[in-house]
Amino acid sequence: MTSATQSAQPGHPVRPAPAVLPTLHRPVPAWGGFSLRLFALEVRRLLRNRRTVILMVVMPVALYFIASSSVGGDQDAGHGNVAAYILISMGVYGAMLATTSAEAMVAVERSRGWTRQLRLTPLTPVAYILLKACCAVVLGALSVTAVYLAGAVSGGPQMAGYLWPLTAGIALAGSLVFAALGLFLGYLLPSENVMQFLGLGVAAMAFLGGLFYPIPAGSTLDLVASFTPLYGLGHLVHAPLTGDPVQAVWVLNVLVWFAIFVLGAVWRFRADTARG
Amino acid sequence: MNTTTAPAPGRQTTGSDLLAVALTGATKTFGRTAAVRGVDLHVRPGEVVALLGPNGAGKTTTLDMILGLGTPTTGEVSLYGMPPRTAVARGLVAAVLQSGGLLPDLTVKEMVTYTACLFARTRPVAEVLQRAGITGIADRKVGKCSGGEQQRLRFAMALLADPALLVLDEPTTGMDVDGRRRFWQSIRADGDEGRTVLFATHYLEEADVYADRIVLMARGLVVADGTTAEVKALASGRTVRATVPGGLPTADLHRLGDLSGVDEVEVRGESVLVHTADSDAVARYLLDATTARDLEITARALEDAFVSLTAAPEPSTTPEGSDR
Repeated sequence: MTSATQSAQPGHPVRPAPAVLPTLHRPVPAWGGFSLRLFALEVRRLLRNRRTVILMVVMPVALYFIASSSVGGDQDAGHGNVAAYILISMGVYGAMLATTSAEAMVAVERSRGWTRQLRLTPLTPVAYILLKACCAVVLGALSVTAVYLAGAVSGGPQMAGYLWPLTAGIALAGSLVFAALGLFLGYLLPSENVMQFLGLGVAAMAFLGGLFYPIPAGSTLDLVASFTPLYGLGHLVHAPLTGDPVQAVWVLNVLVWFAIFVLGAVWRFRADTARG
Repeated sequence: MNTTTAPAPGRQTTGSDLLAVALTGATKTFGRTAAVRGVDLHVRPGEVVALLGPNGAGKTTTLDMILGLGTPTTGEVSLYGMPPRTAVARGLVAAVLQSGGLLPDLTVKEMVTYTACLFARTRPVAEVLQRAGITGIADRKVGKCSGGEQQRLRFAMALLADPALLVLDEPTTGMDVDGRRRFWQSIRADGDEGRTVLFATHYLEEADVYADRIVLMARGLVVADGTTAEVKALASGRTVRATVPGGLPTADLHRLGDLSGVDEVEVRGESVLVHTADSDAVARYLLDATTARDLEITARALEDAFVSLTAAPEPSTTPEGSDR
């Protein structure tokens, strides 16, 4: 019994030598596998998720109309009216929803073994993150555009012409902070929890960032809110309209939270790829 | 072990000169659990190797190390002389994993197209769909495909890069007999081109029919490695069983053990069990030279060999390895 058990006999010339010898010098894709074609396919895939699209387009547009009609948007708000102020708020809210939910899809991809499957392709981790970041920008831009377009068509918001692209640009750039948050949570939480968590989290952050209701400056709530992730962006994005001087603490708030989310995402991403 | 041979003069270095898989002294520990406890696995280009073993033998962990999905705790892996990640990036290695790795909201064709655009150079999408036998369901949503269809889709995705080495991890788990047969047919048709194939399975029949060589694993170790015929030979012996009133005298016990072909003699009370390649000699001896009666001769099935090889007593105190 023992005689044959341990005898290792590798390599038996059972099959003829391969007819076509595989060359070992094969090309590796440029950009670690990132390509415009891949980008286009990925965006199309994300847009196919109807729940995401409704969430990031319909929600902020609807909220804009509800808020502007109940408040009365014609009052003065610096270089424009209150309706413009609300429009900017909803632009930020939409962009933030779009980027977080686009990135948090990573949780679903992880649970389906897709991220693991990608490791059997030439796509590098850096290229994958780049792909995700580009998708976040596209989806964020789509959401901001939808909100601003709805606002422009309704005719409610009034502000100087240059303020439209400027505030939209700040909203979009700032929403990258939340793309990093989405990625962090996508790698941190199991897929079944991540969307619920995000829905609540985004709403809470939006409230504390003054997007739904302006928080009186100097109040206790304002002090608490100043430590939350949307506080800095919420003020920065409205500053061109209201004419308020930009405060260093807003910029600091944005940078610190961005650093925290990026470091968190890198930490979880490393743990995820080192697993197994 | 037979390893690298020097390339013939004037010939370009190709895959045939290097081992497709060289896994040396590999161990893998998850926390306090040792899943793989020292495996050497060398596969030459063109071989079709079955990694056979029960659940928890360490097959999946071994394949994960080969694919670069997991780094060995100790030991070395190289594929065609390169680290796994490099071989994967060049499209030299592809795998069909047991489950997952698909996007259910895409169609079959979209899934393959998506995968194709991750590689520098691939075979046409239509061609791999046809080879995997899923052209007919190209427009079906991945989530609506049966387990067997999804497995053939994974196979199509693996074929895209035209890999030199194809790794399959229990590819037919959960398929019915017909699905299994059809899946292996597509692999077979493809394998005629000299692709190196390494597959894990716990179906003896699959290993027997489709592999040139069987590597049998149990408890994180390789317990047998040889051609299909050699591994089957482990099971080709017979068991001779007889009752000896009063028990078999020690002298007879020794003489039985010395008979050619005998590899194990077991005494249980008045019963004696002899595992042998030459049952005639044992039967003749027992009936002629001893008081044995009620003699029975039974053939050992491959299953028995499998069970006896893989269910050997645990030699150390290390906890049983899991399959992950």
